[in-house]
Amino acid sequence: MAHSIALAGNPNSGKTSIFNELTGSLQYVGNWPGVTVEKKEGYLKNDKRFVVVDLPGIYSLSPYTLEEVVTRDYLIDGKPDLIIDVVDATNLERNLYLTTQLIETGIPVLVALNMIDLVHKNKDKIDIKKLSDSLGCPVIETSAVTKAGLDDLVRTSQQIIERATGHGIIARFSEPIEAALKEIENLIEGQVTPESERWFTIKLFERDVKVLERLHLSEEILANIEKIIVKIEEELDDSSEGLITNDRYEYIETMIMGCYKKGRQTGELTISDKIDRILTNRWLALPLFFVIMWGVYYIAIQSVGDFFVGSIEWLFEDFIGGNLATFLTSIKVSPWLIGLITEGIVTGVGSVLTFVPQMMILFFFLSFMEDCGYMARVAFIMDRVFRRFGLSGKSFIPMLIGTGCSVPAIVSTRTIENQRDRRMTIMLTPFIPCGAKLPVFALMVGAFFPNSAWVASSMYAVGIIGVIISGIILKKTKPFRGEPSPFVMELPPYHFPRMRGVLRQMWDRGKEFIKKAGTIIALASAVIWILQSTSWSFQFVETQDSILASIGRFIAPLFAPLGFGTWQVAIATITGLLAKETIVATFGIVLGLGGGIAEGDVTLLNSIGAFFTPLSAYSFMIFTVFAVPCVAAIGATRREMQSAKWTWATILFQFGFAYTAALLVFQIGSLFI
Amino acid sequence: MKLSDAKPGDTVRVRKIEGSGPTMRRIMDMGITKGCSLHVRKYAPLGDPIEITVRGYELSLRKADAATILVEK
Repeated sequence: MAHSIALAGNPNSGKTSIFNELTGSLQYVGNWPGVTVEKKEGYLKNDKRFVVVDLPGIYSLSPYTLEEVVTRDYLIDGKPDLIIDVVDATNLERNLYLTTQLIETGIPVLVALNMIDLVHKNKDKIDIKKLSDSLGCPVIETSAVTKAGLDDLVRTSQQIIERATGHGIIARFSEPIEAALKEIENLIEGQVTPESERWFTIKLFERDVKVLERLHLSEEILANIEKIIVKIEEELDDSSEGLITNDRYEYIETMIMGCYKKGRQTGELTISDKIDRILTNRWLALPLFFVIMWGVYYIAIQSVGDFFVGSIEWLFEDFIGGNLATFLTSIKVSPWLIGLITEGIVTGVGSVLTFVPQMMILFFFLSFMEDCGYMARVAFIMDRVFRRFGLSGKSFIPMLIGTGCSVPAIVSTRTIENQRDRRMTIMLTPFIPCGAKLPVFALMVGAFFPNSAWVASSMYAVGIIGVIISGIILKKTKPFRGEPSPFVMELPPYHFPRMRGVLRQMWDRGKEFIKKAGTIIALASAVIWILQSTSWSFQFVETQDSILASIGRFIAPLFAPLGFGTWQVAIATITGLLAKETIVATFGIVLGLGGGIAEGDVTLLNSIGAFFTPLSAYSFMIFTVFAVPCVAAIGATRREMQSAKWTWATILFQFGFAYTAALLVFQIGSLFI
Repeated sequence: MKLSDAKPGDTVRVRKIEGSGPTMRRIMDMGITKGCSLHVRKYAPLGDPIEITVRGYELSLRKADAATILVEK
């Protein structure tokens, strides 16, 4: 069996870079059983006997956040052979706080003193020998940027595991606390393994609910433990958690004093400080933010992105579609199958893939902003606004990503620690118009508001207003009521991001979208094509006699109060629930113009006029903004919520909100027009 | 006084952390413990949250949470 190496460390410690360097491309992503945290695993580059497990970035082993609980459970139950603790060398004090807790689990620890290049640059000095002696475990200087120390890290890991050494020195607390811990230790003797005894003892002293549940101690022992804790709490006038935290930090302060020398004078401004003075300046922060975002969207959507869109459209519709049809005809494939493949699948998938370049450029910039430290400042600047309707500044980042595609946006809510905030962000992020909704707006604007470009842009405002109103409504419901969650967030120093990291992040997000095109959209396009070309008796018929048309006629009355109660539009609405990208193509099909039609096509613009008035067209756009974005987003919601109940609640809420909003717009609008 | 009453530029010492549960633990885990010194760097452009330097790094927290931290100059 392979040996397992757990990779732990603070967020922003460069853990992911180290993981990528250690495993190369030999990694796979899975989910932790039962919880919504992703688990990455990979074999050590040159040695398949070792599996590296990337644990979520955490600050502590407290029982309060999901990431911390996942890490604890893995360390205690999974019993890895070694923990590599990635420590940000520029921030020793807070990082070693976790290190001392990791050592307490009784698992051998190897400290990777990461970002050592920055320490040298700041002219700070760390005495590695002394640090290693005080921690009782090997310390290796590493840098994912210069690749320094990585080989050494691998070699030492192998040695530690082979020789079964590397048990660190546990942190010692003040006399009275140690005495209390000793008493508790005696009470639970034999209940846990000797190596993990210290960890369990401290957790019991902290009244850790998860550990209390786990150990099944007798009433008598529990009462005795409580007595010990209360006694010392009264004696030292602090909570037991506070006592441990204070002592732990004091222990670390003493340790650092002996081995760390600061090169720079305190108070001297770093480059990062100077950048920050401008970017979060009282007057400049918001204008700068809007200018930066405008620039990003201009490049991604308008200039560079637009160029690629044309090329991909050509590639799929003319080149692949055309040649494939010729080829299939030449080998005598039946015409209906050619139709299914070229008109159904190729066009459907192609229409989705046209967004890929824009989305990749957008994700590139957003990843860049995250990596360089600006996104944390954006959360800092925007928190005040978002808190008003029950979200936090951290909800803003998923919403920015959501302007590209809701699927990676939903995935990116993982950085929100609070479950309540996270759920609400998942529910509301799809309200921000994604790239796939834009062609629908373009079509409607082209047909009904040809001289009013603002109508399409107004959809972003509509989306944002929807988020705000929903936030206010949801906050009043039971699952979201209560105190706002704490917003305690590290603001990492600005730095120039590593391109590899940014590109990887961009690819991870873009991949979700491409995957969706290859799977759900391809399938949906095929199904829609079949439904619109066959009757219930499976005969090939014209669209108006097809299965799809009869379904459309059945549900059309539902949409009549919204102003678009024809079967053609009803069908577009249904296919829109599968994916918004298919709405334009569906109009093309049901209006008899073919599925390969583009939103700017003149015949499409003319024929669609019969189905809408400007008011009902606007109502249809409103419905499109809020309705469930696509099947892929529902899938992502299901994965991230880890609950069927919450997924259904999300779908119903989004559908209900879309219906109500469109209804109000159409009915109230009808009074005036 | 409360940390939320401190002005940008102030350097203060933590006297006591009130409150309980996850929020208090989180604050302490991030290094804000009794006796440690905090430097208030700035308030966000809209007046909340605040940014402080603690143990050599930058941390932001909301005024409401900062109000649970009692400090002295």
